[in-house]
Amino acid sequence: MDQRIIELTGLTKKYGQFTAVDHLTLSISKGEIFGLLGPNGAGKSTTILMMLGLTEPTSGVVKVCGKDPVRQPVEVKRKVGYLPDSVGFYDDYSGLENLIYTAQLNGINRTRAADLAESLLKRVGLSHDAHKKAGTYSRGMRQRLGLADVLIKRPEVIILDEPTLGIDPEGIVELLTLIRELSKEQGITILLSSHHLHQVQEVCDRIGLFVKGKLLAEGNITALAQQLFSHQPYSIEASVVFPDSNGMAKQKLTDTISRIEGVLSVELDDNKYRIGCSRNVAPAIARSITAQGADLMHLHNVEYGLSDIYHHYFKETATP
Amino acid sequence: MNKINSMILPLLNQVKYSLTNPGRDHSSRSNHPFWLIVRKEVSDHIRSWRFIILLILIVLTCIGSLYTALKNLPDAMAGAQDDTFLFLKLFTVTDGSLPSFVVFVGFLGPLLGISLGFDAINSEQNNNTLVRLMAQPIHRDYVINAKFTAALTVISIMLFSLCILMTGLGLIRIGIPPSAEEFWRIIFFGFITICYVAFWLNLSILFSIRFKQPSTSALSAIAVWIFFSVFYPLIVKVIAKAMEPSALASPDQIINYQGFVNNLLRLIPSQLFSDATTTLMMPSVRTLGLLRMEQLVGTVPGSLPLGQSLLLAWPQLTGLIGTTMLCFGLSYYSFMRREIRS
Repeated sequence: MDQRIIELTGLTKKYGQFTAVDHLTLSISKGEIFGLLGPNGAGKSTTILMMLGLTEPTSGVVKVCGKDPVRQPVEVKRKVGYLPDSVGFYDDYSGLENLIYTAQLNGINRTRAADLAESLLKRVGLSHDAHKKAGTYSRGMRQRLGLADVLIKRPEVIILDEPTLGIDPEGIVELLTLIRELSKEQGITILLSSHHLHQVQEVCDRIGLFVKGKLLAEGNITALAQQLFSHQPYSIEASVVFPDSNGMAKQKLTDTISRIEGVLSVELDDNKYRIGCSRNVAPAIARSITAQGADLMHLHNVEYGLSDIYHHYFKETATP
Repeated sequence: MNKINSMILPLLNQVKYSLTNPGRDHSSRSNHPFWLIVRKEVSDHIRSWRFIILLILIVLTCIGSLYTALKNLPDAMAGAQDDTFLFLKLFTVTDGSLPSFVVFVGFLGPLLGISLGFDAINSEQNNNTLVRLMAQPIHRDYVINAKFTAALTVISIMLFSLCILMTGLGLIRIGIPPSAEEFWRIIFFGFITICYVAFWLNLSILFSIRFKQPSTSALSAIAVWIFFSVFYPLIVKVIAKAMEPSALASPDQIINYQGFVNNLLRLIPSQLFSDATTTLMMPSVRTLGLLRMEQLVGTVPGSLPLGQSLLLAWPQLTGLIGTTMLCFGLSYYSFMRREIRS
């Protein structure tokens, strides 16, 4: 399982003065679903293009399935399926014919290609539209056809660039489920780039946070949160109502809470306390609130979602 | 030993590969990715409206020029000293109301080349199919080579069938079969025409790589075509006028001047094409420049044999192929260097 299938070392791509990808080092194991998360223009697509040998890196080394895409692009492309963010098909050909053409380009003979295409179209739910011209397909159908197009070459690695762009929520769930199933069933390594936090959170085993050409953090979501919020890994939210609305009581409670051992910061917003602490001190907080004679409406442990991670980083990159 | 190993290993790998991947088979030539792309491109061209319209246009002009030629053939025969190469006259004779077949092909050939190439790369790019195609296990140059091969195949088949159609119709109408030499002249004419159209095809492919919008590349190719066929001769005329030697100039000076003007005209492919076709289709043409009296002394009036005509047209043919290669080289280079992204 611990076979490294994609390895990037010190990968850099410059366009004139502008550095699109800056000394990126990353490795992805076989069978993993890796999410490359970053805002638009972070260099995700450029990184992907370099993995496929469609763009030459300025410096650094890429190894995909042990091959260098700059030297052996055809070998790499035989094993890697790539779904670009806006996938295009020959509009005058039917979905089926488009798939057969791709299969033939991958050296599969026509009769076998037709069988494969039929079964894949069924798999992605397009069997009724197989003979319609690709020009009449909707965005979601194109994306599903694109996935079939990637799968027909029976790849070891699939690279999906913004696969959920422009699909309705129902379609996204279907697509993500399909991706997950594929990875588990056939042990395909999947690299998924997106700027949608929730989708990445849903399917990915591991995430790389990519901003301005740099990989800021990587790991699974819990690890990422710990890495990012190492100074206050726990965050507790408490909503409190005081029987007599008195500013003094609020102030006193804030002081009490901040004196609890392990509490690092206390923020008061109307009736809501946001408490950052180094370990879980929820019982102590609850006790001190009730001891003050205030009513504790709710108390919960905030888990960091990707959006928190994201905003955290945006805050960091926005302020120079 | 090492050397043998390095030679045998890839072969062994290939065998292993085809054994382990029974569905994949590159062995037969028709299944090679390159020929697959060519096949697809050819069928795209043939099914496209643009090709059908051009075909109708060219067939109509072909019939029109054949009609004029047949009507004027008796007059032309009466004026000629010898009655050899009667058949070639079908391609060249005209009464001025409608251009001859050779002139028509010279005029429509560029249009054919431009229309088959102007959106070769940029339409795929705009359609986002280029990046998908490039993600398949094919070499990058397959795409551009296949586009060129496919368009050239379509053009060759079309031009040769037109020439043969003309020959056939003429044969039915006048009842005299062409001689072997005439037949070969017609075949070489077809070949030169293909080279000429290939130049325009490559120029438009180059523009299709250079410009993002198909309309821009089509317009620039047409602009080059109009410049070459209308403005360039005008400019040369102006230059010639300005440099004209006085009536008192020595013969050497006049010959030099004429040669210079001719060479200026020969910089453009359409002139090369018309020079080459004139020599081939009118065997009585002995030179494309000036002849001195000394050179004419002792010549037997008559036509040149095929070999001599070809020799006369050889520099023109080389020039045409050269410019074609130059355009293809440029497009190849810019296509290989560019970044493919959607």
